[in-house]
Amino acid sequence: MRSRFHQGLDELRARLLRMGGLAEQAVDRACQAYIDRDLARCQAVLEGETLINAAERDIDEFAFDLLAMQQPMAVDLRFILAVTKINSDLERVGDQAVNIAERVMDLVELPKVELPVDIPRMAAAVAAMVRRALESFIEGKAELAQAVLEMDNVVDRMKDEAFIILVKAMNENPEVTRQALDALLVARNLERVADHATNIAEDVIFWVRGADVRHGGNPDNPSRQEINDAHSS
Amino acid sequence: MGVGIKVEKLNAWFGKTQALYDITMEAFANHATAIIGPSGCGKSTFVRCLNRMHETVPDARATGVVQIGDLNVYNGTAAVQIRRRIGMVFQKPNPFPTMSIYDNVAAGLKLNGFNDRKRLEEVVERSLKLSALWDEVKDQMHKKSGASLSGGQQQRLCIARALAVEPEVLLMDEPCSALDPISTGKIEELIFELKERFTIVIVTHNMQQASRVAEFTGFFLLGKLVEFDKTEKIFTTPSDKRTEDYITGRFG
Repeated sequence: MRSRFHQGLDELRARLLRMGGLAEQAVDRACQAYIDRDLARCQAVLEGETLINAAERDIDEFAFDLLAMQQPMAVDLRFILAVTKINSDLERVGDQAVNIAERVMDLVELPKVELPVDIPRMAAAVAAMVRRALESFIEGKAELAQAVLEMDNVVDRMKDEAFIILVKAMNENPEVTRQALDALLVARNLERVADHATNIAEDVIFWVRGADVRHGGNPDNPSRQEINDAHSS
Repeated sequence: MGVGIKVEKLNAWFGKTQALYDITMEAFANHATAIIGPSGCGKSTFVRCLNRMHETVPDARATGVVQIGDLNVYNGTAAVQIRRRIGMVFQKPNPFPTMSIYDNVAAGLKLNGFNDRKRLEEVVERSLKLSALWDEVKDQMHKKSGASLSGGQQQRLCIARALAVEPEVLLMDEPCSALDPISTGKIEELIFELKERFTIVIVTHNMQQASRVAEFTGFFLLGKLVEFDKTEKIFTTPSDKRTEDYITGRFG
């Protein structure tokens, strides 16, 4: 009985990893499409989104069945909760890839201009975060997940720098405004992807250690007890 | 009102076989504490030590401190007096088969020489109401035998019988293991209501039941208390690997 349940958990893990592969591929394709102004890759990202959405529903349904039928406890319960949240983050990663692809489809209609911003470097950092977050899930290692959290600050700084540079470029050369605006939106999409990778890493830490490190695990944040007290007072 | 239970260095034996090792834990007043663990881990022995039922087995003995409120259980107090203050409900409902429902509930009081008929009526009614059985049996409680009730009703009758002598603590040893889900649900609801007046210690094999009814849970293994904590902690992030392995079905 129980071993069937554990087989179910293995199956859930395998399905989430396949979903992770699809989301990772979508980001890689979208970034490469931006670099190469490649419409074929944009199309592949759009088509891939259907698969990601289907995978999200499938994983949620499977996790829901396990919760209802097996009443998991402790590490198994944390694992299933983490999977459902990671599932949702991966779907949002797919959405961000689609947004990037749509920016590229807009860009290819415009003259190519040189912008003083290194989107490929930012894309590489974000892709590494997604890959590392999924590795931490595969290996069940909180240390790997912790490293992802630290990478998020680097990507945030890249996005801030890109914003400053691109706004300056728009002011100085209004004729590149549309291209700069697309680049700015791509930078923001990439930063969102990094946020989702961070969420995934936090969920892995919750699963493995049972620790809630969201919002920096700030001890100044109210505890559940304090929230309950506030509600009842 | 319920009283707290403090157990310190409780050891128990059956002959030369030691069943409990240095158990130290607390059951807080007006709360439910669940005892979980695999078969043979000593959980039933533990609750039977709380009201000195353990020593009714030949060659069985126990040492240590069990403090129930102001009562020191292993300090010369008569076992009968202890069991009046600590009611017990067993796995299999065991109403007195030849007695009516009414007499089943009144039996404990009558044994203690309580004969005031009007007062007895009041206590029986109150006990049956507390055990949520009153509405189902009030019209025929003098005629119908306790054994004629369904399994779930019999168990609630046994709870009413235990409550009639106004204990401060109610020990429940797998009270729902022989009951269907509806009867189980009623007993669990009852546990919630009884907590307001009594302290409850419940032994259960059903982890979901422990998580539903108890604020605190102790995990026993091989006669030792491995972990004791708030129930939500035990079932979400237990501290001990053995607890986690047991509650996730990896052994036991």
